[in-house]
Amino acid sequence: MSNIKIEIRQEDVSKIKEICASYNRDPQELINILHACQEHFGYLPAEVQEVISAETGIPVAKIYGVVTFYSFFSMTPKGKHPISICMGTACYVRGAERVLEEFKKELKLQVGQTTPDGKFSLSSLRCVGACGLAPVVLIGDKTYGRVAPDDVKKILKEYE
Amino acid sequence: METIKLIIDNKEIEVEKGTTILKAARQLGIEIPTLCYLDLHDMNIENKPGGCRICVVEVEKRRNLAPACSTKCENGMVVKTHTNRVLNARRTVMEFILSDHPKDCLVCAKSGNCDLQNMATRLGIREIPGQEYAEMSTYKPDTSPSIKRDLNKCIMCRRCETMCNEIQAVGALSAINRGFMAAVAPAFEQNLEYSTCTYCGQCVAVCPTGALTEVDHTPDVLRALADPTKTVVVQTAPAVRAALGEAFGMEPGTLVTGKMVSALRALGFDYVFDTDFSADLTIMEEGTELLGRLKRHLNGDKTARIPILTSCCPGWVNFFEEYFPDLKDVPSTSKSPQQMFGAIAKTYFADKIKVDRKDLVVVSIMPCLAKKYECQREEFSVDGNRDVDFSISTRELASFIKQANIDFKSLEDSDFDDPLGESTGAAVIFGATGGVIEAACRTAYEIFTGKKLEKIDFHELRGLEGVRSAVIDFDGLPVNIGIAHGLANARKLLEEVRAGKSQFHAIEVMACPGGCIGGGGQPFHHGKSGVLKARAAALYREDANKPIRKSHENPFIIKLYEEFLGEPNSEKAHHLLHTSYFDKKKKIIVKQ
Repeated sequence: MSNIKIEIRQEDVSKIKEICASYNRDPQELINILHACQEHFGYLPAEVQEVISAETGIPVAKIYGVVTFYSFFSMTPKGKHPISICMGTACYVRGAERVLEEFKKELKLQVGQTTPDGKFSLSSLRCVGACGLAPVVLIGDKTYGRVAPDDVKKILKEYE
Repeated sequence: METIKLIIDNKEIEVEKGTTILKAARQLGIEIPTLCYLDLHDMNIENKPGGCRICVVEVEKRRNLAPACSTKCENGMVVKTHTNRVLNARRTVMEFILSDHPKDCLVCAKSGNCDLQNMATRLGIREIPGQEYAEMSTYKPDTSPSIKRDLNKCIMCRRCETMCNEIQAVGALSAINRGFMAAVAPAFEQNLEYSTCTYCGQCVAVCPTGALTEVDHTPDVLRALADPTKTVVVQTAPAVRAALGEAFGMEPGTLVTGKMVSALRALGFDYVFDTDFSADLTIMEEGTELLGRLKRHLNGDKTARIPILTSCCPGWVNFFEEYFPDLKDVPSTSKSPQQMFGAIAKTYFADKIKVDRKDLVVVSIMPCLAKKYECQREEFSVDGNRDVDFSISTRELASFIKQANIDFKSLEDSDFDDPLGESTGAAVIFGATGGVIEAACRTAYEIFTGKKLEKIDFHELRGLEGVRSAVIDFDGLPVNIGIAHGLANARKLLEEVRAGKSQFHAIEVMACPGGCIGGGGQPFHHGKSGVLKARAAALYREDANKPIRKSHENPFIIKLYEEFLGEPNSEKAHHLLHTSYFDKKKKIIVKQ
């Protein structure tokens, strides 16, 4: 991969510095710092990781290693309408995988990606505690239950 | 000392508390196989992630098998290292590792030197079950000026990560991703070229497979040798002669200077010269610079930057350009011996033999991979023509000699050519940590005091501790010398300089543990600690046997100044033999 240019707004630098300072810029607090930054920015782009590296002295390669190790952390921004498909046991046995395939096909997306217009992003998660409604799909704060592959087109239409 | 008694393979042994099963077994002469584990105790280097599980052993009353490298001995333990269960487990582990490993051993750069291949042989692996279903993880290969990465061959031993982070404090490589896609890579999976990599090559030196290898420049050299319009000159670094023999089965520490010269001549080089010559030249320039700065400092000149830092090591130069750009006026401006040689060869020598610099090809044989990058730096070329055209490693030379079916061991000794082949004992010790500063002291002392040194050997500057210091008495003036090898050690001394707390007048830094003898381009040590010690001893032996042991007494150096350069640090010397450094730190651009 070619050289990534690191450009970031002053206010974002200040926010990251503030978060790092609240953890005393302690390298041992990296996971907490990443959590706080992801909460603020929605994701952890290279720019954010570079500033965290400069603040804590942790090599940016190590930070990237942690970000790619834990599935919670993401380097791509979530869409305006983040779609999560539950792949917990109950949803899975009731066909969540086929629902996921349908979303992938409709949106031309892989799990972890966002549409080029920033509208939708796709992720999978494990059990939202609504097994009675399996298979379950979350879009933003809204929950859809007993979703069949055929419903996917209709659901997406709501967001046009 | 608290001790522990246990039984390994029916033999009783008493060991110090805290000893691992692996080390206890070694004391009994039992070699438990290891793969990810690496122990270079002379250098304080240890990698034991307990990840590969090849070293598993059976411990009585323990349910599962125990990794010997990271399991501590306990009183009354009964350990069995080669039961049926153990051998089956090792074989299964190996089969799993191999199932996701390319099978191109025949053409792999590491073939014959590969720890994974050797382990497969040792464990008697004859087939890899489930091949037809096995998915392979795929990564794009990456080639930098010095190092090639082929992550498909990475087995996640994480030795490179230990070297890059703990020993070198460079932080270019880290474990990334998880499960099947786990590998070791720079941040954001960018190419090594855009990372903080210094090209020290210590990752390559410890990689058990072909995942990390050097960029092979032998084909370029071969092409130059075959071109009748080119005059091809070769220079050999000090540390090469103490290690090249290992590639031909000779004992570590065997000096092969004379055979190496014969081999290079047989390969067709027109002139076989010595980087030791330009190491002597480096001492003249760097020593003069040191004395100049020291005198100004002693006279109260606040602009005289003290300590002066050596600048022969390109990995080290890359390191401070990346991490300490604010201190870039502290190191000596003297070019490295490799580049000084190139500059003199393409001016003074080219004129002497009446060859245009474009028709003169300078090849260097180096124990180092950073030298490949160094000779490609823009500031070291004239109108696009490099001072040093190609740099190949000790390993590449060994391979080249084998390809040319030269029977290295039976070669007669021969001598370097004149005038760039004559050198002193001071130059040869450049290859070991502490050697450059010892060579500088020999010359600086005599020039500063105007007296002859009574004792040429500065034993206080030798050794393998990571950071060393000594006070050298310059006839009443105490000169404080610092030495660091391994970049993590250098970083400590640099932090002191940055904080204005350094007590030293001069500091020698070598990026690689042990100095150039432990360079990233040397024959693989395969984790054997004694190899580096033997190489260092060989260089000090060569020094002791040299008739001239001080750089300023080299008759060809004296002649070079008389005929060409004038005096050390003259304008011409500055133009040809000195350089400046750059701020290479990656910039975070702040938008408003």
